[in-house]
Formats: sequence, C-alpha cells, structure tokens
Amino acid sequence: MATNLPSAAQAQGGVGVASVPHTEHDDHLHGHEEHHDQHWLWKYVFSQDHKMIARQFLITGMIWAIIGGTLSSLFRLQLGWPEATLDWLQPFLGKWIEGGKLNPEFYLALVTMHGTIMVFFVLTAGLSGTFSNFLIPLQVGARDMASGFMNMLSYWFFFLSSVIMFASLFLETGPAAAGWTIYPPLSALPQAISGSGMGMTMWLVSMAFFIVSQLLGGVNYVTTVINMRTRGMSMSKLPLTIWAFFLTAILGILSFPVLLSAALLLIFDRSFGTSFFLSDIYIAGQALHNQGGSPVLFQHLFWFLGHPEVYIVIMPAMGMVSEVLATNARKPIFGYRAMIGSLIGISLLSFVVWAHHMFVTGMNPFLVRCSCS
Amino acid sequence: MTALTILLVLVLLLVVFGLLFRLQILTSIFSGTYVREIGMSNRINAALMIVFMVVGGGAFFWSFSENFNKMNPPVASVHGHAMERMFWITMTVIGIAFAITQALLFIYSYKYQHKEGRRAYFFAHNNTIEVIWTIIPAIVMASLIFAGWKAWTRITGPAPKDSVVVELMGKQFNWLVRYPGRDMKLGVVNYRLIDASNDFGFDLSDKSALDDFTSTEIHVPKGHPVLIKIRSRDVLHAVYMPHFRVQMYAVPGMPTRFWFTPTMTTDEMRAHLGNPKFNYELACNQICGKSHFAMKATLIVDEPDDYQAWYAKQSPNSANADMMASYKQTSKNAGLGKGGSAGAKAAAIEETGETPAVPLAAQASM
Repeated sequence: MATNLPSAAQAQGGVGVASVPHTEHDDHLHGHEEHHDQHWLWKYVFSQDHKMIARQFLITGMIWAIIGGTLSSLFRLQLGWPEATLDWLQPFLGKWIEGGKLNPEFYLALVTMHGTIMVFFVLTAGLSGTFSNFLIPLQVGARDMASGFMNMLSYWFFFLSSVIMFASLFLETGPAAAGWTIYPPLSALPQAISGSGMGMTMWLVSMAFFIVSQLLGGVNYVTTVINMRTRGMSMSKLPLTIWAFFLTAILGILSFPVLLSAALLLIFDRSFGTSFFLSDIYIAGQALHNQGGSPVLFQHLFWFLGHPEVYIVIMPAMGMVSEVLATNARKPIFGYRAMIGSLIGISLLSFVVWAHHMFVTGMNPFLVRCSCS
Repeated sequence: MTALTILLVLVLLLVVFGLLFRLQILTSIFSGTYVREIGMSNRINAALMIVFMVVGGGAFFWSFSENFNKMNPPVASVHGHAMERMFWITMTVIGIAFAITQALLFIYSYKYQHKEGRRAYFFAHNNTIEVIWTIIPAIVMASLIFAGWKAWTRITGPAPKDSVVVELMGKQFNWLVRYPGRDMKLGVVNYRLIDASNDFGFDLSDKSALDDFTSTEIHVPKGHPVLIKIRSRDVLHAVYMPHFRVQMYAVPGMPTRFWFTPTMTTDEMRAHLGNPKFNYELACNQICGKSHFAMKATLIVDEPDDYQAWYAKQSPNSANADMMASYKQTSKNAGLGKGGSAGAKAAAIEETGETPAVPLAAQASM
C-alpha cells in the first residue's frame, strides 16, 4: 500500500528538504508526479524548509497588514472628518454604523484590533518570522534551522492564532475593544464594554497561541545562531543582520512569557472569579466581589513585554539596514564592534525601562524615575 | 454586493498594472535592450533625497508651528511653567541634533551617490570617534534627565500643607466631585455603599462624611495649591487637564493624587484667549468604554474670595435626605455602618484624610 506519511527524517525534524528520502505515492492520484520526492502537503503546507516557512510568514503578514491598514482607514475616516456622514459604509459595516457615525464601541474595537494586528501579527510575526527564518540559515552557513519541525509548528501556531483573531472581528458583540494594551478592569469586565465579552476571550486565546509561536521560533533562531554556524564563522564575524535577529530572538524568549502570564491571569479574572487585577468595583448597578487586586500589576506585566516588544520590532530592521547600506556602498559598515555593542546595550537596557510607559499610572513616582530612558 | 465587486475590480486593476510593469521588463530582456546599469533612476532618486529633505523638513516645521497651540494650550499652573521650560530646552537640544543628523543623512546621500569610477572611502572603524559620539550624548541626556528628575520629584512629592483638597471619582461616563466640607476632612467612602442616591459610596457612620458635599463643577482658588485626590468606581479613567499640565490615572482599588497651583482664573483665561465661552476642561484620558470620548468635567478657577463664598454656600451630605434615608438599608445589606468612624475606616481601602502628605506607601509595594 502506498503511503503519504512523512519519512522518518522529517518526523525527527531533520535538516532541509533536499535530504528527504523518496516517499511513495498513490499511483492513481499522482502517477505523473512520481519524480517528486515530497508530497505537496509536506512540501508546501507543513513544510519544514526555512525558506518555505519564511514565505508562509510573509504572505500571512502581508494579508494582516492589509487588514490592519483597512481598520486604520476606517477609524481615521471617523477621526479626521468627525462631521462627515459615514452612511456609505453601511453595506460593509452594517450595524456598526449608527446615525452616519461609527458606533463608539466599534471605534474603540477598531483602534484595539489595528494596534494588536500591526504590532504583533505584522511587525513581530510578519517581520521576524519572515526575515529571521529566511536569512539566518543562509547567512550563518547552515543547511536549515536547528529544528525544521519546531519551525513548522511555529508557523502553524501563528496561523491558528491568526484564524482566531480574524474570526473575532466578526463577532456579534464585537472584537476586543479595550485598546491594544487591554488594561483591566475594562478588558476583564464584559459589562464595561461589549468587546470585553467573547471578543476579549478570543483575543487572549489567539495571543496565547501567538506567544507559543514566537517562543518556538525564537528558540530555534537562537539555537541555530549559536550551534550551527559554519566553520570559521565566529560570533564576531556574524553579519550584523544576524546579530540583530539573534538578540531579537533572545528578547522575545525572555519577555513574551510575561505577556502570557498577564493574559493567563486575565483569563482567570474573567472566567474563574479571581482578583489579580480587580478590586473595589461597582459597575452596572452591582458591587463586585473582587478585593485586593491591582490594575497596575497588569500594566507592569504587560509593559515588561511591551517595551522589549518595540525593540523586537525595530532591531531586525536596523540589522537589515546595516546590511543594505554596507552592500550598496560597497564598504563594511562603520564600527562593526561598536554596532554589536549598541545592539547588546539596547537589549540589556530594554528590560529595565518598562515603567516609562507608566508615568501617570499612580505607581510610586520614585520607582518610575528609575525607568528614565 | 456592489461593494465587493468594486473591491474586486480595484484589486484586479492593481494586479494588471503589476503584470504590465513586469511584462515591460521581460520584453526588454528578450529583445536584448535591457541593460542593467545604474543610470537615470539612481540620479533621480538622489535628487529626490534633497527634495524630500527640503519639502519634508518644511512640512515638519510648518505642521509643528500650525498645530502647536492646539496641542499646548496656554499654561495655567505653576509647575506647568516649569514643564514648558523643560520642554523647550529639550526641544532645542533635540532640534539641533535632529537638524544635523537629518541634513547629513540627506545631503550625503545626494552628494555621494553612485558615480562611475568613484569608490567609497574605506573607513571601517575608529574607536576615538565612537567614544566621542557616545560620551557627549550621554552627558547631554544625563543633564536633561537630571533636570527632569528634579522637577518630577517636586511635582509628585507631598502637596503643601495648606492645600485645598478636592476628590474626583471617575465612573462610566462622568466625574463625581466631592469636597471635605466644613471640617476640612474627607469622609470615608466604600464602594459597597454605592446606590442610587449615594454615588460616591459615603460611609455616613463616619462623622467626617456627613459634612462632605458633592458638586457638579470643580471649583478651585487661584494661587493656592490644590490637591486632587483621584478615585475610580469601575474601570481605569484618567484625569487630564491640559491647561494645568495635569494627568493622573483613576484606578479602582488604588486612590491616586496630583497637586498643582492654578495661576489664572477662568475669567482671566477667557480674556487672554478672547473667548468668553471658554472653560477649563477635565477630560478622561484612558479608554473607559463607549462614551469615553464624551467623558469630561468643567473646572472653574475662582478668585480666592469667590471660592470661599462658593464653598460656604454648598449643602453637605447631612442635608441630603434621600442619601441619609437610603444609607440605612444599603449599609445593612453591605454589612457596614457599624463602629463609627473607626469602623468605617477599617472597612474601606484607604484613609482619606485631607493631609496632603498622603503616603504613596500604598503604591510603594507595586
């Protein structure tokens, strides 16, 4: 019987596509493709080849960029021309247009989803996922990533997270609407804003999968850079692009779990009656039972990721700019070692300054001062 | 359905243009006329660098001057002036660095564009330069931070002992205002005592709460330090008063504070702006839900005498029959209302004394 099962090498997350041994096909389905080594499912869909996965990240990222851009156009239409009537959008947005204006909760949902999509799906997954995957093996001289299997999982967790986040846009009660920073109590209480019902739940589930994807990818990049450099390539001969991708991955590994913990605690507060972030709340005619929690705690957890996150976004780009400049000017980048030092300095410092997102939160002002950077 | 069709047409048009462009290149390759050389388009791009610098720089400065007054209303508080000073010092320093770096970026991109026969000067590293352009910005940045540090300590530090105290409680979607009343002490509030006639949740078993009074407008005296105590009833809100350069979150479960000294009365600001209908505005500045965009309050800066007169005319909680009546039932339901002032304080989250040096100890553990 012919089988379409992946070979043993693939199951182990083996290296590269080229070395996969011949698999058998059903003759009556694939007779004319006998000369192909891989079934299209394993070659194009659940690929473990870093270049294919990079393409998958790229396409998904581009689709998200179009969606995110569309969302921003909608709320900017409302914001830029507040007197104008938006009735012409009714065929597209249905009940979200009221009296010629965007429904205020929907406006907040647009802003929230635009931020989430752009920061996480386009700039983190779409940038890092694409370029780190494509360039790291090529530029360090490895045949593929350390684990093609984990790499494949990284993309498909991202895909799963994308499907959930995309579906949340079409909910009856609306997508998450508490800002891309989803501060509780607004994000914890469905009675505070309708997007904090199912929309917020789906946001949290989607982000949980997204973070798993980032961690899988990040560990892969770091391992590949550390272990699989070709002979003669010491760390101080790494292209700056790879230095940037490497440090970005480290930042991600260290900071994304903290967002995961914040999301988890928020899930508990929303669904299991805990009081991590909630205290002394009277809403919708009812005094809630929660005591002792602190919304500021969520902000700390969020921004502990939130600050390194912006460096995760920009460092790959800075690394690639160094490469592009040097190549097109036909000269080495000025101060290679100083550049490495700067990248490392940025990475280290980025972990201690998250409170500069919290100056007006009511946090102890002395501690906030220590984040003056 | 029409919408979808239009969208599809636009997408297809884009695809067509893309293909035409690609076709043009492919045909020139096949016909042998395609020459990969760095020619006209590179020169155009280089010239565009200069155009972009001039147009972009011009647009940047025009936009800044055009919109500055909208984003920076006239300062009406003492610390606001200090902030303005620091803002302009910082902008000057940054502006100089900005002008130099951007000018170099664009001018050098133009000046050193590809020229046949010219090669880039090989200059791979120079530690002296690196040290210089690390140390100097570090010193400048440290100075800016130090100046900011000092101002920040003053602004977030204890309010003067003679501050006027007012408490704001944010809720979806308006601000509740209360004053300490004749005894100059804010009474205890407890969220479990909130009902239809007791918006704040006054614990009326606390003597100090009996003479507190609520108001629909915020009145403060000019020239006198004002300590704003800030609470929230449901979600995060923020007290944002741009003219006074005040912003502070209202956090449910964690009272916050901000103090400032107003320097211009509402009438003086009206004369200054030439707008007799002007009023200082307090806007909510943290997303709080559906009507966040409309959540605001009016703040009125009076001459000290007018403020005293207004204060004396307000009617305290004890005169609010509805509240006194409903308190009995609500406090019984909540299991509160016993033990007098001490009991009330023990059951609530923070001792709301009027003492301006209210410890930030509650937040120190954060």
